[in-house]
Amino acid sequence: MTAAQTSAGPGAAVLADVPRFAPHMRLSFDKARSRWVVLGPERLFVPDEIAAEILRRCDGTTSVAAIVDALAADYDAAHGEIAGDVVALIGELRERGVLVS
Amino acid sequence: MIAPSSSPPPPLALLAEVTHRCPMRCVYCSNPLELVAASGELEEADWLRVLSEAAELGILQVHFSGGEPLARQDLPRLIAHAAREGLYTNLITSGIGLDAALGCRLADAGLEHVQLSVQDTEATGVDRIGGFQGALAHKRRAADAIAAAGLAMTLNAVIHRGNAERIDAFVSLALALGARRLEVAHVQYYGWGLINRAWLMPTIDQLRAVSARVEAARAQHKGALVIDYVIPDYYARLPKSCMGGWGRRFMVVDPAGRALPCHAATTIPDLHFTNVRDASIAETWEHAPAFNAFRGTAWMAEPCRSCDRRELDWGGCRCQALALTGDAAATDPACHKSPHHRAMVELATREASAPPAAAAGDVTYRGSRRRRPRPPAAATSRKAEETCSGF
Repeated sequence: MTAAQTSAGPGAAVLADVPRFAPHMRLSFDKARSRWVVLGPERLFVPDEIAAEILRRCDGTTSVAAIVDALAADYDAAHGEIAGDVVALIGELRERGVLVS
Repeated sequence: MIAPSSSPPPPLALLAEVTHRCPMRCVYCSNPLELVAASGELEEADWLRVLSEAAELGILQVHFSGGEPLARQDLPRLIAHAAREGLYTNLITSGIGLDAALGCRLADAGLEHVQLSVQDTEATGVDRIGGFQGALAHKRRAADAIAAAGLAMTLNAVIHRGNAERIDAFVSLALALGARRLEVAHVQYYGWGLINRAWLMPTIDQLRAVSARVEAARAQHKGALVIDYVIPDYYARLPKSCMGGWGRRFMVVDPAGRALPCHAATTIPDLHFTNVRDASIAETWEHAPAFNAFRGTAWMAEPCRSCDRRELDWGGCRCQALALTGDAAATDPACHKSPHHRAMVELATREASAPPAAAAGDVTYRGSRRRRPRPPAAATSRKAEETCSGF
């Protein structure tokens, strides 16, 4: 854990983090309903389109910074705006025990 | 993909009650009073087909439950099959018999998560609730085996009058055993729990204290431990959305192959249950009379029918409505709008505050009506435990 993370609390994400799913959580494509879902014990999160794009890149090897770069390129969007969304989502899902890094 | 409006959306989860056999005999067990014998259990081939049909229909998660699912020798093969079908696999276990070798076999089979029940943080409390000597040591070994196998774990703590003071100890135990999630669930009063209600019901002061401790622990361990919390309906103001609504999210298949909308549904008379030996999961979900009996809102009477919350809580729990009002189609008395609500709260208050001797009545273990250990008292539980000779 980096110093920046510690000072910002356990949930906050920073650009150098490399997020991955917690051992009991899994991103899965729900064929019957044509959507991505995050599966866990007695839990099911349905990410919206942008969240799903972020979560698909949380593979344990890609840093938050690299995820932001990829999305900014794919969506032709402002880097700063994407970075805010990505950091917020990853931070929130880490607090809820979905992601670890 | 849009289903025709007459077809219900597919369920999300399958509760596979693969056996009613269990080494423990918990006084609040959710299994029905008439247990399915081993000889009546579905064969492995039937379960494999059920799992495939479930995945095909759109079910995403399977909870292997019981009884004690580890009592079935074919459990690793069932898990492996479910995993191949893409289902998220969860094992709900007492931990009895879960050693390191079995932990590895389950992990190799593709198991994704284990829910380990712990009845108390003190050994005597576990033994008294479960009617099984030395259970806590078995559970600690099981937790070690689960961790060694690299499996993720939730600790399930069922709360009642006798252990409500030990919330902090449950939290410490969960962290010590490596759980990332703790379920603090008050007893739900169905099945054996309904029979033993007077012995188990917490006082309102205990409930408030438990809720406060849970809130404090959530804040303290944010990011390290997720705590899910379920309060007892008897002290609630609004009913829970039982099973997420009847025939909306869950299908239960019991050890004999009966497809049920909830695990206590067999308590409701006049419901006709189909068997997975005779009908597919898809057919059952859409057409079985039991699944359509309380699906949606058309079956509702007042005060549910015109209530703003009717599609939030779906009328609450049908089995509880039956148990406390005699009518399975009545509003769950947990709801403040139910004419039976006040009586329910008074019942809980009376049972919880009665002195231990009177509150004891007969405590009944599944499979036995003979044993009557002393009840856990609210204020003097520690002393009672030390002096209780138990079994």
